[in-house]
Amino acid sequence: MYPEYMKPSLDKVAQSRNKRFELAKSGKPVFPPMSAEEREEVLVKFHPDYKPESRRKIRIGPNKGELITTEVADILESHSRISPDVFDLSVPDYETDLLIIGGGGGGTAAAIIAMQKGTKSIISTKLRLGDANSMMSQGGMQAAVTPQDPPTRHYLDAMGGGHFDNRPELVRALTEDGPDVVKWLEELGVVWDKNEDGSMQVLHGGGTSRKRMHSCRDYTGAIILRTLMDEVRNHPDKITVLEFMPVVELIMDGKGQCAGGILYNLETEEYFTVKAKATIIATGGYGRLHIRSFDTTNHYGATGDGLVMAYRAGAKLLYMDSVQYHPTGSVFPEQIAGFLITEKIRGAGGQPLNKFGELFVFPREPRDVESSAFIRECVERKNGIETPSGRVGVWLDSPLIEMLQGDGYINKQFPAMHRQFIRYGIDITEEPMLVYPSLHYQNGGIEINTKCETNIPGLYVAGEASGGVHGRNRLMGNSVLDYNVFGRRAGLYAAQHSKSAKLGKLSLRHISEYEQALKKARIKTDRISPVLLPSYTPEDVRKRQLTAHYEGTLR
Amino acid sequence: MATKKAAKKKPARQSKPKAKAKAKKETPKKDTITVFIMGKAHKVPADATIMGAIEYAGYLIKRGAGCREGFCGACATVYRLPGDYKIYTGLACTTLVEEGMWLSQLPAIPGQKAIYDLDKLEANVATIQKLYPEVFRCVACNTCTKACPQDLEVMDYIQAAKRGDIEQVMDLSFDCICCGMCAIRCPAEIVQYNVGLLAKRLYGKYLSQESPELSKRLKEVKSHKFDKEYKELMTMKKDKLKKKYYERDLES
Repeated sequence: MYPEYMKPSLDKVAQSRNKRFELAKSGKPVFPPMSAEEREEVLVKFHPDYKPESRRKIRIGPNKGELITTEVADILESHSRISPDVFDLSVPDYETDLLIIGGGGGGTAAAIIAMQKGTKSIISTKLRLGDANSMMSQGGMQAAVTPQDPPTRHYLDAMGGGHFDNRPELVRALTEDGPDVVKWLEELGVVWDKNEDGSMQVLHGGGTSRKRMHSCRDYTGAIILRTLMDEVRNHPDKITVLEFMPVVELIMDGKGQCAGGILYNLETEEYFTVKAKATIIATGGYGRLHIRSFDTTNHYGATGDGLVMAYRAGAKLLYMDSVQYHPTGSVFPEQIAGFLITEKIRGAGGQPLNKFGELFVFPREPRDVESSAFIRECVERKNGIETPSGRVGVWLDSPLIEMLQGDGYINKQFPAMHRQFIRYGIDITEEPMLVYPSLHYQNGGIEINTKCETNIPGLYVAGEASGGVHGRNRLMGNSVLDYNVFGRRAGLYAAQHSKSAKLGKLSLRHISEYEQALKKARIKTDRISPVLLPSYTPEDVRKRQLTAHYEGTLR
Repeated sequence: MATKKAAKKKPARQSKPKAKAKAKKETPKKDTITVFIMGKAHKVPADATIMGAIEYAGYLIKRGAGCREGFCGACATVYRLPGDYKIYTGLACTTLVEEGMWLSQLPAIPGQKAIYDLDKLEANVATIQKLYPEVFRCVACNTCTKACPQDLEVMDYIQAAKRGDIEQVMDLSFDCICCGMCAIRCPAEIVQYNVGLLAKRLYGKYLSQESPELSKRLKEVKSHKFDKEYKELMTMKKDKLKKKYYERDLES
């Protein structure tokens, strides 16, 4: 329930609704979309990436000298969790064709394809199988299926959304594989939203010029990932799943190939070695680093672990200066601050409004532009609505959706969103939501080609951990597609590679060398990475955690 | 649909946050309450979620936190309230603490999953009988429904499974987050969420209507229909591509 003092503003939203409904029904844009110049201006002035302290020069490693996101530079300029010298690599604890690091969408898709090629794999995952951002995507997956929407149009939309920094060949792979991914998932048992005649139900997303958002109500990611997980679990003879066992470093061989990884059992705190002919990093993104102190939509384990281990092994990163803030993170009630409000809300006709109940931006600009416009409305124009805890946000008018799409539409298409708010006495069929940008996605990542290969032989990357597909700004629905397209490709090409790969002597020398590089660059820090889990322990508790020496499994 | 239990379970909850937040500014100490985390008393913020309270108390969660937004089902929690004989279930990430709450998270749920080859199954009751015969032990006690933090009609979909109504199982179990609360409370020892998952996969593969547009598009891609245009776009100078992008028409 909203506090009393918000009522005048809520009334204004209700009052302007009929007029906005008429405008939306007319089919014309409800607010003029921005030109290239207007986009540029709002980004430079208001996007958090453009604040000078948002980026700093990385001092070591393959991207040395480049400006990258400060918090990412911090975890890269950190010590390893292990001392390489104490590991005996001559007798590995596990041996497999394929080591897949990460049990989200990319990892499970890769395992399924590899399994179909007769390749055995181990999926190492930090939390449970499926504890991943893939599980949380709500609104949908882009794929060009309708007659008026050739995949090349999807290509154009994705390139423009990414400010034309995307790698063209990766965007072609993404968009051209799209229709086949829809089919593949349906054959695995994904229940897509469909029209009466069996055609795919499609909606707009931010930055799309054609309706191509495919969905499973607002549990799109949950339905897809649970399907993939179930298929993985149907093949225990080919796919071994190791939960609460993240990889914390890669293992290399004497020929500069990736040859597996070091596993860490989160519960017993033991380490194990895995020798693998090919390795796929599918560790997802970094929202839990809370870049610029933003709340995040991301799951508990999204700490950018894959970036760290790949970088230490010499893999190149791309566009690590670019962070995605989702325009519509929740800001009220406080308990769900930062939670994702799906972009499908705007795809279905929901509108962002200021405290006067007025539109101030086209509702479906690409995410970075839309977010920046929200920040401008709140910070510069002071037209936001303040919450009791001091946050600020703009309205996201959902009742309009019921007017546009018919009664009952929200309950049918947005059960998760409805549930999220009704717990706190807010019925989104009758009242709008209060939103502000929330840290959402890692636009850049480890550089790959269309086979998901990196500059390190035997090392493949798929999904959010990779860079180049989305340029410097991803469009809605392209990440679900990304982890499917490139998860499948990584599984295929890594499986092929594993058939002919010949490994030399296993080595962790790259870890020692990285430590030396830290020293040489005079980087003095007690930071350790990969981060694995964020800490939400309050300061006063930490002050009492005074154990002088840790022994055994106690911390 | 989703309002049912929210209204039933937590009547006085809704006006709390505002009052608390205001109080916070004046006397920060007063708006804490006592909860018992696995039996141990802790003072925690009165408006915290269970997950927030556990972390506020100083615990580092390893098992029992996933997406933290109600989609993954990692944070199944059971609790009791003072003066109330009932056992309650909830997700730690979305359930608010209450004075005197005695809570414990379930680190994992043991649940059997049938191993099957989807390609060889049929979308009918025989498949349910073969893979999850325990479904037919259902005594219709409705405990699963009461335990569901998503407020799904779990018993109804188990009954539908008994009838072989795959579509209804799919529909009613669609929003299932596989937290396992139903399975852990079920006296007939059914693993409801896995039955729901099977039905969804059967429906998606065998019962949902095929999209003619999709088949057509797949043929077009396979016959390299878009090669030429891709090549053109991929080699286009940035300025020209930019112009093309900003001039493109929008589907209404």
